[in-house]
Amino acid sequence: MQMPQPDPRVLALKPRLLTELRAVLPEDAIIEAPAELLAYECDALSAYRCPPLAVVLPRSTEEVAAALKICHALGVPVVPRGAGTSLAGGALPTADSVVLGLMRMTAVLETDYANRLIRVEAGRTNLSVSGAVEAEGFFYAPDPSSQLACAIAGNIAMNSGGAHCLKYGVTTNNLLGVKMVLMDGEIIELGGAHLDAGGLDLMGLVCGSEGQLGVVTEATLRILPKPEGARPVLVGYASSEIAGACVSDIIEAGVVPVAIEFMDGPCIRACDDFSGAGYPDCEALLIIEVEGSDAEIEEQLAVILEIARRHDPVELRESTSPEESARIWLGRKSAFGAMGQINDYMCLDGTIPVNALPLVLRRIGEMSRACGLDVGNVFHAGDGNMHPLILYNANTPGELEKCEAFGAEILKLCVEVGGCLTGEHGVGIEKRDLMEVQYAPADLEAQMAVKDVFDPKWLLNPAKVFPLAVSAPRREGDLRDVG
Amino acid sequence: MRPESESQLVEALRDAGGPVEVRGGSTRLAWRPMAGDVLETGGLSGVRLYEPGAQTLVAGAGTPLAEIEALLAEKGQRLAFEPMEAQALMGTSGTATLGGVIAANISGPRRVQAGAARDFLLGVRFVDGAGTLVSNGGRVMKNVTGYDLVKMMAGSWGTLGVLSEVSLKVLATPPVECTLMLRGLDVAAGVARLCAAMGTPYDVTGTAHLEAGLAGAESLTLVRIEGLPGSVAHRRHALLAGVCSGFESVEGEESAALWRAVRDVTPLADLAGAVWQVSVKPTDGPRLLAALETAGGRGPAICDWSGGRLWLVLEESAAAAARLRAEVAALGGHATLMRASEAHRAEVPMFKPQAPGVARLAERLRATFDPRGILNPGLMAAMPVGVPA
Repeated sequence: MQMPQPDPRVLALKPRLLTELRAVLPEDAIIEAPAELLAYECDALSAYRCPPLAVVLPRSTEEVAAALKICHALGVPVVPRGAGTSLAGGALPTADSVVLGLMRMTAVLETDYANRLIRVEAGRTNLSVSGAVEAEGFFYAPDPSSQLACAIAGNIAMNSGGAHCLKYGVTTNNLLGVKMVLMDGEIIELGGAHLDAGGLDLMGLVCGSEGQLGVVTEATLRILPKPEGARPVLVGYASSEIAGACVSDIIEAGVVPVAIEFMDGPCIRACDDFSGAGYPDCEALLIIEVEGSDAEIEEQLAVILEIARRHDPVELRESTSPEESARIWLGRKSAFGAMGQINDYMCLDGTIPVNALPLVLRRIGEMSRACGLDVGNVFHAGDGNMHPLILYNANTPGELEKCEAFGAEILKLCVEVGGCLTGEHGVGIEKRDLMEVQYAPADLEAQMAVKDVFDPKWLLNPAKVFPLAVSAPRREGDLRDVG
Repeated sequence: MRPESESQLVEALRDAGGPVEVRGGSTRLAWRPMAGDVLETGGLSGVRLYEPGAQTLVAGAGTPLAEIEALLAEKGQRLAFEPMEAQALMGTSGTATLGGVIAANISGPRRVQAGAARDFLLGVRFVDGAGTLVSNGGRVMKNVTGYDLVKMMAGSWGTLGVLSEVSLKVLATPPVECTLMLRGLDVAAGVARLCAAMGTPYDVTGTAHLEAGLAGAESLTLVRIEGLPGSVAHRRHALLAGVCSGFESVEGEESAALWRAVRDVTPLADLAGAVWQVSVKPTDGPRLLAALETAGGRGPAICDWSGGRLWLVLEESAAAAARLRAEVAALGGHATLMRASEAHRAEVPMFKPQAPGVARLAERLRATFDPRGILNPGLMAAMPVGVPA
């Protein structure tokens, strides 16, 4: 993965930039010492690192606006950062950029249970949004795996999903309004406590734009009453084909589980070794969770289990207690840790049509054998969002590159069967150079034209999402006066 | 113009010499009259893909809504956002198209629980005002690859491009539906019950209050639940014992008919005056109605979405429209003029005027996707300079 060369004119501006930032921000909102900048040199895609020119950590929307205004005037690129948990390099800096971190903006500004909403500063972590309303019996539905650490700002930038989005949707379906700052420092508000846009749906456009259109500083989010209860079942099958057919039949039967998680043989064994969850040794495992009162759960499970049995499972385990439910989830929730104990891994995120599952898993297996790198598959089966984990050794020269090439082949396969490159992690730098596999030149041009509208100088997170060669004329354009 | 294929649509727009009025099924001819050539999308019709097990449907934008709904019903599925059939309210006779529903982001009562049309839209293909074909999104449910132009197109009313194909997520139709109803509550009390119902874990899928005179002499407050038989029985019992105490319950066709009326706004169809659709936060619904009542000139309202969407009749005067928009602006929200005489439409813009910063972005987006300003000019914003009205 390449990043553009830093602009020497911008690097030379550092003293002036700092002087101007200090004039409008408190001293402790600015970080510039080389040792301290290292904390911001990467996100969760840690194979790529680069300390930024400086970091600013504002405490208010007005401070964000003041910082952006200065960077805009000087022509300094800005990389917005929530909690830095991006798996796609969304918060990776360049040496000539200012990282704008929102982690000091964490306040709850308003909770309104009658209207089922909460308004928060966007640096607040995902899980603590639910935490703020759980005493009243409510929760915030999108639940990315990193929810303990990840920030709402990043969730909005990447339109994050999670295991339970089969029923509740992803961030864009649970976002009611934003306050955001454009690159030139202008503060605007989109949406609000009411539903739907009164004009063009600009908020829909901002959600998932990877920090390239503006910096969201406040968010109004939908909160939902917590279900009365939830219960998972675990079903093991002899092949992924059978498991895939079972998933399709459940969905067609009209029962909407809150989650259908799928693990393949290598992943089942790794997770079981690591967590002692007691999973059966088989080639495909489904964890299907339903919600409601006890009676409602039994009613839904009756339908699901009848379908599951029809497909001749090697094991079928119904939870009868909270402890058993926790054990069923234990292995799945430790999947990434389990794979990480075996080796370094790269986590992919392509989505495929559900019925292409068996074909895609078979092809991944063939590719894995051909290139000599092992893969474990764990994913949200109900919506086809795959997470192949490719194992490699970062200390073996050339193996990262081999792993990346293998990953690219898998993502191309996802597109080939009618899916997409990324279901919930975002493009960042990781999938940037594959965008032309999914989109024709006119499709990419249309997206870049949207960035032209919001950020004409292409200063916000400019080296992301679009292939560098495609975005170069804009990034290096005449509008980019520096100094 | 009636293109029969994407390439004909590209040609039609590339060669357009002036304003183009985009028409799906002509069921909502509500905007100010335009002098442009009519472009009908009916030729861009047909289901391209339907996979019930993947909950996915792909169809040409000109496909009649009724055709889609019949196809889905065969497999026990539906468009969960419950799109309105606008003919009765608008006094039109056309057939709604899928593309029209999406272009206007039309959602019915279930929007309060399931989401809007835009939330079920997985992918679009459209031709912009310069005649360029653009594809965005796809046919899978989770997709964050690049910008979400899908959302931008939903509710853009044909001003950024003409949809040629849309992909949608569809959902199973639950076997049982049941409505809990109570007569005689005033709007504040009705909305309070509806908000409380949405705060329960019973997955309520519709919450509406019809003011007195719209469904009988007394007001009517409605709460809908849907699901498997045992589940509906459990929720009905729990609601009747709690926030819906005193309500009676109806099922099946009787329940469905109530929600069709709310969805299609038929109780307002025969009332004289301008029909407005107002979006505010639910608890502000009664406040707004009270303020308008004090000012005079308002008719009875349907409060859908727990009070968050008001369908209301106002006298046709610029002053009444300005008062409504001012009250809504003070609360935060928006008011859209849905039905009015030609004279009233000429003096009142259909959409809420936006804050300057937002208006500037919207204007620049329109200029980007429709550089000649030919697509439904004047519908969502003031008429661009140089385009004849």
